[in-house]
Amino acid sequence: MNDWLLALIEMALFVALAPLFSAWVKRVKCWLQNRRAPSLLQPYRDLRRLFAKQVVLSHNASPVFRATPYIIAGATLLAAAVVPFISVNLPTAAIADVIVLAGFFALARFFQALAGMDVGTAFGGMGSSREMTISALAEPAMLMAVFTLAMVAHSTNLSTVIDYLLAQGLVLRPSLLFALLSLLLVGIAETGRIPVDNPATHLELTMIHEAMILEYSGRHLALIEWAVQLKLLIYGVLIVNIFFPWGIATHNSLHALAVAAGVVFFKLMVLGVLLAVGETVLAKMRLFRVPAFLVLALTLALIGLLSHIILEVG
Amino acid sequence: MTALYLTLLIPLFASILLGVFGNHRGAATFNVLATLAGFVASVWLALIVLKHGPLGGEAGQFHIDSFNVYLIALTALVGATTSFFSAPYMAQEEANGRLGPGRLRLYHASYQGFLFTMQLALTTNNLGVLWVAMEGATLATVLLVSLYRTPESVEAAWKYFIICGVGIALALFGTVLLYFAAARVIPDAEHALLWSVLAANSGSLEPVVMAIAFVFLLVGYGTKVGLVPMHTWLPDAHSEGPTPMSAVLSGLLLNVALYALVRVKILTDGALAAGGTHSPHLAGNLMMGFGIVSFTVAGLFLHRQRDIKRLFSYSSIEHMGLMTFAFGLGGPLATFGGLLHMTVHSLTKSAIFVAVGHASHIARTQAIEGIRGLIQTQPAVGWGLLIGTVAIAGFPPFGVFTSEFLLLSATMKTHPWLTLPLLSGLGVAFAGLFRHLHPMVYGERPEGQVAVPANMWPVVLHLVLVLWLGISIPAFLADWFNQAAILITGEGLL
Amino acid sequence: MLEQLPLYEQAILTLAAMVMFTSFALLAQNRVVPMIHIFAWQGLLVAVTTALVAFDSGKHDLYLSAIMTIALKALFIPWLLHRLVKRLGIDREEHGAEHPATVLMIGAGLVIFCYYVAQPIEQLSASVTRNTIAISMAVVLLGMLMLISRGKAVAQVVGFMSLENGLFFAAVAATHGMPMVVELGVAFDVLVGAVIFGVFFFQIRDSIDSLDVDQLNRLSEQDE
Repeated sequence: MNDWLLALIEMALFVALAPLFSAWVKRVKCWLQNRRAPSLLQPYRDLRRLFAKQVVLSHNASPVFRATPYIIAGATLLAAAVVPFISVNLPTAAIADVIVLAGFFALARFFQALAGMDVGTAFGGMGSSREMTISALAEPAMLMAVFTLAMVAHSTNLSTVIDYLLAQGLVLRPSLLFALLSLLLVGIAETGRIPVDNPATHLELTMIHEAMILEYSGRHLALIEWAVQLKLLIYGVLIVNIFFPWGIATHNSLHALAVAAGVVFFKLMVLGVLLAVGETVLAKMRLFRVPAFLVLALTLALIGLLSHIILEVG
Repeated sequence: MTALYLTLLIPLFASILLGVFGNHRGAATFNVLATLAGFVASVWLALIVLKHGPLGGEAGQFHIDSFNVYLIALTALVGATTSFFSAPYMAQEEANGRLGPGRLRLYHASYQGFLFTMQLALTTNNLGVLWVAMEGATLATVLLVSLYRTPESVEAAWKYFIICGVGIALALFGTVLLYFAAARVIPDAEHALLWSVLAANSGSLEPVVMAIAFVFLLVGYGTKVGLVPMHTWLPDAHSEGPTPMSAVLSGLLLNVALYALVRVKILTDGALAAGGTHSPHLAGNLMMGFGIVSFTVAGLFLHRQRDIKRLFSYSSIEHMGLMTFAFGLGGPLATFGGLLHMTVHSLTKSAIFVAVGHASHIARTQAIEGIRGLIQTQPAVGWGLLIGTVAIAGFPPFGVFTSEFLLLSATMKTHPWLTLPLLSGLGVAFAGLFRHLHPMVYGERPEGQVAVPANMWPVVLHLVLVLWLGISIPAFLADWFNQAAILITGEGLL
Repeated sequence: MLEQLPLYEQAILTLAAMVMFTSFALLAQNRVVPMIHIFAWQGLLVAVTTALVAFDSGKHDLYLSAIMTIALKALFIPWLLHRLVKRLGIDREEHGAEHPATVLMIGAGLVIFCYYVAQPIEQLSASVTRNTIAISMAVVLLGMLMLISRGKAVAQVVGFMSLENGLFFAAVAATHGMPMVVELGVAFDVLVGAVIFGVFFFQIRDSIDSLDVDQLNRLSEQDE
């Protein structure tokens, strides 16, 4: 099959499955909390509803405010194109660099923060400053974990990393163990899940992400919501495919792709269950405790790096 | 071997017995008898070694040679005389209400336990058991420092425990590294920690590992020796604990820690010399550095003291610094001086602390300001303190003068520019001691100050011994010093 | 390279990294009961590593050492500390360091320093545990850092015991254990030390009415 067509299909699959993943996490949370869960198609219905509604803009909204949803959606979409989902052997693998990924997310976050401050409301500015604080602490942790990966696999290209780890077989590496834990914590912070931020809150004082998108409506809001769900799925795919790469297709035959799709589906289901359990068991932290949480992530990543240098080389 | 086992087992059993019966009327007397029995056993051991040479064989668990045989007898002697002093002293403290019978039981049991760990550290051939004994000595004495349960004594005991505990832990790390170096060279794992085997093979030990191990061991055991900057526990622990305990701590524990350090230095020197590294004198230079810093700092701190026991504990730090410097300098002259200094300092310092104990009983305070007119009140105590201080400051014809003279001669031969700091330091310390001492012994006798029942003959015995050692060292002792100097530096003096 | 080692040798390295993580966790922990639990986990991890090294090197004495470590460091001492904390009534207080993030960064610096110091020693060893010599030294120094950075007595004692854990681990890593008589002596010393620490807590509390050892400062060289 033509590789570029495959790449497009993979990207479309990513985008289409993002709301489903969020719905799955919500469903498991409801099961754990003894509530009746909404249907798994509910996020799609919400998006359709939002796309149909009229956009209401404030009088002092600048062009940045209007452009931001498209920029965020575009950057996240490009990030989705880059991350190996079912196959490692795609043409997009050439730009599948982790630093590039971090750059895309940074671009999206930058414009989101600007848009939050754009209209001039108090809550928007508050959300933006909180978001920037958290990401300022989460970025070093993520980069440290990424560098650990890069030192282990001798490359920052995601496809190369996954190929290298697949070729090794089952190896217990302390560096990867700590990098995994660190990336889990960073992922929670970056995607705004409990215990860092509550995705379902309506209390302005506890909002971080919700505060920045408070002024959006209609198709703008739909695009931003979709981008958030896509970001969660991207982090999930990163974690399951890098640290547990078995099953991913290394050559693009139909059989390998089908198996890979099934395996990654299953891995994401398990990750969704774990995420839901974590969100149910933990409570949201006070904002002032979030830096301690992120310093823990940084320490874990640092230990991973040090373990690699001390224990695994030579 | 019986003598050896007796020397070790008498304090151990006495400790256990006193732990059960120590609050009995006759506990103090039993304590004295036990230490006297231990002293007799150690003298018997010394006689055996005098006749037959080193004890313990090639790879035995115990090793008595010329370096530790007189230290064993010295430990037993100081333990005995101090226990003689402690019997009426602690009875007086009990009468003053500073402690109860339960604590006396702890005191007596810990005293004997401490003597046991000291003798074990001195007689063992196994460097790991040496470590265990040093740690055991810390544990045996830490509860004694806080015996009076005042806030200051609890603070002193906590500081002692933490600082010495951490120091000893570093020494254990050094011992592990030493074992690592040894295990590569000595095939039998059980023999790899035996000092006699290691000394025979020290040339083939890995120099880099030995150097790192020595640094850890120097910092670790140096904490117990009282080297600056690890000395901060010493003035507190010596001043807050009961005086008999200050006497044995100053007189015995510091010595044994230095002994452990020198044993390790012998191994390190052998490894570094044969290894052809660029710093074959690393061990000696480090010891010299720490020694002279301790000596200088302690001499300066002497002037600021307001508590009489703190004053003399800084004097202990100063002398231990001097001894460390002597052993670091190396060469037969300095080593002979260092060995002599270990002996006379132990005797003199314990005598001083006995006198200080009685002085603080007379004046009912430990503050220097509050102690006046000792010679007028009780001449024995006053003169004892005065002559003891004269001895420790280095006046001829006492033994301390002889050892310091040997050290200065050695310094002038090898490092002449260091003689000036040594001499000035000795002068500073002398000034500090006498500046505080003079009003204490000669000042106006305060109203109502009376003599207390005092047992001064331990002081007399020790000072007479120091005088004798200063004027003419007996032949067997000089012979042992000489052989020990050969062991430590490779060449003898005589 | 790592992937060529058998699985249980990889497990030894992973467990060593987890021991180092528990040292960092102790540095970051503010409350005293979780601190004791982390210390118990550290003891357990060190014991399991010792058992794996015993299996790998064939030295059966190490199994005994591992059992002793579990009994002493993972069970008895945490139980003792827990009981003391309950009796002293301090389980709800804050026992943290002044600037936890700075302390963690200094800890990371210490690990790098230990790696540098242990290099010449590691080059001489041929065993699989040679890389863990640096880790064990790091655990020792991190225990000391915990001692320095805390102002409460119980936290200092936990730091001290964690330092002893590091020393035992160093013996296992560098030389596959020490002669049995030495190991028994060390274990006995640690046991007696823990008991005496317990006695001390009460003495400190009775004399200054709190366990804040920063307030033990009457003995100093300053002029009043």
